[in-house]
Amino acid sequence: MCDTCGCGKPGEHATIQKPNEPQSNHQHHDHHHDHQHDHDHTIDVQKDVLAENNLLAERNRGFFDAKEITVLNLVSSPGSGKTTLLEKTITAIKSETPLAVIEGDQQTMRDAERIDKTGVPVVQVNTGTGCHLDAHMIQHAIQELDLQSNSVLFIENVGNLVCPALFDLGEAMKIVIISVTEGDDKPQKYPHMFDAADMCIINKIDLLPYVDFSIDQCKQFALEVNYKLKFFELSAKTGEGLENWITWLKQQQKS
Amino acid sequence: MHEMSLAINIVEIACQTAKQNSAKKINSIEVEVGKLAGVLEDSLAFCFHAARNETLAENAELNIISVPGKGHCGDCDKSFETDTFFTLCPHCQGFSVDILEGKDLKIKSINVD
Repeated sequence: MCDTCGCGKPGEHATIQKPNEPQSNHQHHDHHHDHQHDHDHTIDVQKDVLAENNLLAERNRGFFDAKEITVLNLVSSPGSGKTTLLEKTITAIKSETPLAVIEGDQQTMRDAERIDKTGVPVVQVNTGTGCHLDAHMIQHAIQELDLQSNSVLFIENVGNLVCPALFDLGEAMKIVIISVTEGDDKPQKYPHMFDAADMCIINKIDLLPYVDFSIDQCKQFALEVNYKLKFFELSAKTGEGLENWITWLKQQQKS
Repeated sequence: MHEMSLAINIVEIACQTAKQNSAKKINSIEVEVGKLAGVLEDSLAFCFHAARNETLAENAELNIISVPGKGHCGDCDKSFETDTFFTLCPHCQGFSVDILEGKDLKIKSINVD
């Protein structure tokens, strides 16, 4: 049963689906009651608008902590290479580290199908018109995955450098990915995401000779937004720089 | 357009509170929006009009109060007001700036009948 609304079905207008399996839908219901009371008065509320999401995120986080699962929320604009990076990363470490993936997109099973070919458990969340994943979707998605203790769970968020910054999913950290074809001023243009992130991966560095992108300038802009950011520079396609990322990733696995 | 999700949340929290207080309808909702909350106020107001339909807040007004951002410099230990994420400390020009306030989005109160 859904803990948020008790409706017995998963995801807020979202569909959650494994490759080669039928999907389940989820709608929220509102309940109407009769009211008495006639006079106009003000009620103090003082509640965070995202309180519900934050509560569910903390519940997810508690589950992940209990099972010692490291959860990384990958955020970026569309086309930065998140799925390719995941494919390469999974191939490199799946023999020694138990892994699982939640894929977020507005539509299609394409990314989940790509991950499915690597052989690790994957579930696709289609948000419909939604521009981000939220903690409620993740709560239902993890019910579809038989997550192992001491595993690493990657959440590939909807490609969007704005909205996913606001929604805590219960992850250990947000990793923002920027590709060199996007322009080195992205951190200035989308500061919320770079502020929310813990780590920044600069991808597609094999294309540096062909584009006007300065890694130093990009890092400088990003650090002005968030002085705590750490960086990896790599090309998921050629494998250049992947080793540092993989080494770091292995260190994140809880034991 | 996460403003739509936020608007729906605002209406849900307001309606829940109204029902708990046996109110008949919601006249207005007062929200505090931090300058660094990543929320476009116009967009939130626009989405609110769609989100309130067929709820107790159907005719409610949304009153938005902007809350300024506040940063703290880890280099000189001073605090200051800021409306952007890339602020150098105005006191020492350092950039070890943590944002302390201005990221919140909160329902302050509702007025009901």
